[in-house]
Amino acid sequence: MSMHPITLKVNGKPHTLLVKSNELLVNVLRDKLFLTGTKYGCGIAECGACTIMKDKRSIMSCLVPAVVADGWEITTSEGLSKGDKLSPVQEAFVDLAAIQCGFCTPGMVVTATALLHENPNPDEDFIRDYLRGNFCRCTGYVAMSKAVLAAAAKMKEEAQ
Amino acid sequence: MKKNLQLVGTAVPRHDAWAKAKGEQLYSDDFTMPQMLYGKVLRSKYPAAILRGIDISKAKALPGVRAVLTAADVPKNEDITKFGQMRDVGGGFEGLYKVLANGKVRSKSEAIALVAADTEELAEYACTLIEVDYEVTEGVFDPRESIKEGAYVVSSEDKDNIVMRTKVEDGDINAAWALCDVVVEGDYFTTPHEHAYIETEGGMAWIDENEVVTLRVGTQVLEHYRTMAKILGLPHTKVRNMSVPMGGGFGGKEDMTVEMYLALLTLATRRPVKMVWSREESMDTHAKRHPEYLHYKTGATKDGKIMAQEVSIVMDSGSYTYLTPWVQMYSTQAAAGPYQIPNVRVQSVSAFTNNTFSSANRGFGGTQVNFAYERQIEELAAKLNMSPLELRRRNIVHNGDPLPTGFIPQGHIALEELLAKVDKELNRTPKPERLPDGRKVGRAIAIGHMVYGRLTFLHDSSRVSLRVELDGSVTLRAGVPDLGGGQASVLCQIIAEELGLKITDVHPYIMDTHLTPLCGTTTATRQLYMSGNATYKCVSIMKERVLEKASSILGYPPDMLELANRKVYLINNPLVNIPFETVIGHISNDGGELELIAQFNAPFTEVPDLADIKSRLNPDLTYTCHGVEVAVDEETGQFEMLRLIAACDAGKMINKNSCEGQIEGGAVYDALWATHEDLQWRNGITKANNFSTYLIPTSVDVPDVETIILESGGGLGPYGAKGVGEPSDNSIAPALVNAIRDAIGTGLNLNKMPVTAEKILAAVKGIDIEK
Ligand code: FES
Ligand code: FES
Repeated sequence: MSMHPITLKVNGKPHTLLVKSNELLVNVLRDKLFLTGTKYGCGIAECGACTIMKDKRSIMSCLVPAVVADGWEITTSEGLSKGDKLSPVQEAFVDLAAIQCGFCTPGMVVTATALLHENPNPDEDFIRDYLRGNFCRCTGYVAMSKAVLAAAAKMKEEAQ
Repeated sequence: MKKNLQLVGTAVPRHDAWAKAKGEQLYSDDFTMPQMLYGKVLRSKYPAAILRGIDISKAKALPGVRAVLTAADVPKNEDITKFGQMRDVGGGFEGLYKVLANGKVRSKSEAIALVAADTEELAEYACTLIEVDYEVTEGVFDPRESIKEGAYVVSSEDKDNIVMRTKVEDGDINAAWALCDVVVEGDYFTTPHEHAYIETEGGMAWIDENEVVTLRVGTQVLEHYRTMAKILGLPHTKVRNMSVPMGGGFGGKEDMTVEMYLALLTLATRRPVKMVWSREESMDTHAKRHPEYLHYKTGATKDGKIMAQEVSIVMDSGSYTYLTPWVQMYSTQAAAGPYQIPNVRVQSVSAFTNNTFSSANRGFGGTQVNFAYERQIEELAAKLNMSPLELRRRNIVHNGDPLPTGFIPQGHIALEELLAKVDKELNRTPKPERLPDGRKVGRAIAIGHMVYGRLTFLHDSSRVSLRVELDGSVTLRAGVPDLGGGQASVLCQIIAEELGLKITDVHPYIMDTHLTPLCGTTTATRQLYMSGNATYKCVSIMKERVLEKASSILGYPPDMLELANRKVYLINNPLVNIPFETVIGHISNDGGELELIAQFNAPFTEVPDLADIKSRLNPDLTYTCHGVEVAVDEETGQFEMLRLIAACDAGKMINKNSCEGQIEGGAVYDALWATHEDLQWRNGITKANNFSTYLIPTSVDVPDVETIILESGGGLGPYGAKGVGEPSDNSIAPALVNAIRDAIGTGLNLNKMPVTAEKILAAVKGIDIEK
């Protein structure tokens, strides 16, 4: 199978990679860049475990061929925190216990981050609707919507 | 026990929350090694067939393929299933377990051969080159058929399909019907339920420099290393699992998943091997909650005293035994519900079919009977013209009441309080007949009881160890599999509480079969109860040691001293104190032991007579109550869950967040089991084997769970805690279906899952779909 060179900017860091035409972005992130925070959960864009952010919008990386992502700038869950300092969304997820097994968490915090880019003043209905593409089998979603509300409040406070 | 708790009961974040938030937590699929190969399983194409031959030559000849294995390559391919118990129970309790199929294939997706190759694609391709000669047979897919004489026999080793029969009986059921003014009867069916953890099964294995077969596989049962050693013909010391946290388990990672396959492939190739199942492979392959066919007959006097209940249960074990007999015992014991019924007979039988095997799933036999008995109570109330709440009130068990087995639970029974609280909350405003958009509103409550702790005749134990470091921090070592419930963190909280430390002063090292003391399985809602008690015992010894040393330094008796804020201080005058680490320094200097291990044993009982169980089966029970409000569209049969109230007596919350998280998550885990989560089994084929066809609740499918947590202090765990993990998903399914019944005013078509919109619509129109 032929290999294609692509460039990718992930969490601010540029990479040049050789990928196969059928290689998926989720696998490139996990296997080639060792960014294992992006998870495989279904492979058919249903569960959201593989969610990453491109242009401040969340997308599922499990159906994106790596060649299509040539030239993309993306953020993964690992890119949200600055060293030990968690992003407001991550911090709220910790504080409000929106994390149990944690397997949905990377995708969920990326989606929640995109949500707050799109709407810094969400209400609960907006949040629940926005998170519908991210499955969580552990929490029942209660803590998550509370965490997103708390993160929104925190970000507003910080902006002032 | 300590009076003024500082940390226990609070909502401190768990030690692993930060790493998980940052995407840095590593799971089974996140490791790689140099020279690593990829493993794949070739699975049966047919649910029922005879394996006439397997030709692996083409696959083996493929460059880059390093091993192709079949049943003939497994040192001890056939064993009986055991989960750590030493004694044989008999009566079908232990069943045949095979690593790879030979003789008859018993289900579609049963493992037939294993491949290890340089890449995943190559391993997958090699599987297609293995030529399997099948003689396809008819198969049997309904346990009600498979128990009949002359039915197709699923296995090549047995004469019939029966796994186990058991019975619980109390009073005189035959005479009791004469005492009843009203009798209701019904047939119920509960569907197989898929765990749908977001992390599929996977992991890796290699052989270390000392010939130890080493794994990194997330599992709920570390003790499987013993079974693996037996199958491989190795000493227990030579198989090790350096396990990792699971991305959810819910019982589905209780049986072995990839462990044996990885071990065989790494031994055959002497290279590291990785295997991860796709979602489809996971859903086709791993165990499901047992489908149960239940018949209930219940009789009461006209003033609502239930006098008699007769239950028969047929359980679908699927292709193998696994934990079927255990689940069956739970179902049989719990079948009469948390009600004081003087005359009860529960008979159950489990049988093989050519379906995917059934085994553990959160609720473990409790959820199925809970659905049936709470549906039955609702219909009985309707027939008595009595409110279902009142009927429950008149019949629930209280402290001191025995179960039908004769066992009197020792823990507190809070059903009275739970019912009152949920009713008050659910009916805080009068129920409107309809919503402004015309949909009918319905409300209902259901209750449940679910044991925590393992079957007592299995003689369960747990052990943990702690070491106080010289800087006053504490290392906890515990072989406690963490599947997301915070199983490890809660132990740290107990230690920090008792030693007067911050939770961050205690760090857990967990889940290594040979470096951490074995805590036993993360199943049966047992970790907080068992390992919590072991931890409490261990830290109490250390605390006594610290207080004695501090007493000799400060010159006050130990009982006048307490530990807090990293100090030992005089209770009456906190100005008299000494830093914790100074005391530790003295103990170390004087040759005192700062490393401890302690074991907690559950109550032990004898093996019961399966033909008539008359003894204690479990340590204690947890009681739950769920309240649901729905709106039903009478034009379409669709419903919307408007409110979901989940109430539970937790005994004592150790971590408030973790406890609430279980109760919220548990309610949602089973919220759509009765209505939407349908695997669509058809003749042994799982039609809904991915997330676009098998529908688990998303954030828009369920309302905010309103939790009500009681703390009676009446549990057998540390500080009076009860287990909540599995009880929390009991009683939600019947609460939902009963709320639908309340909305449409009929119980027609609501007893058999899946309760679809079509069935509800037919019920609204008065059409009995079975006629
Ligand atoms: S793995 Fe991409 S959405 Fe599930
Ligand atoms: S926390 Fe386990 S899937 Fe969300």
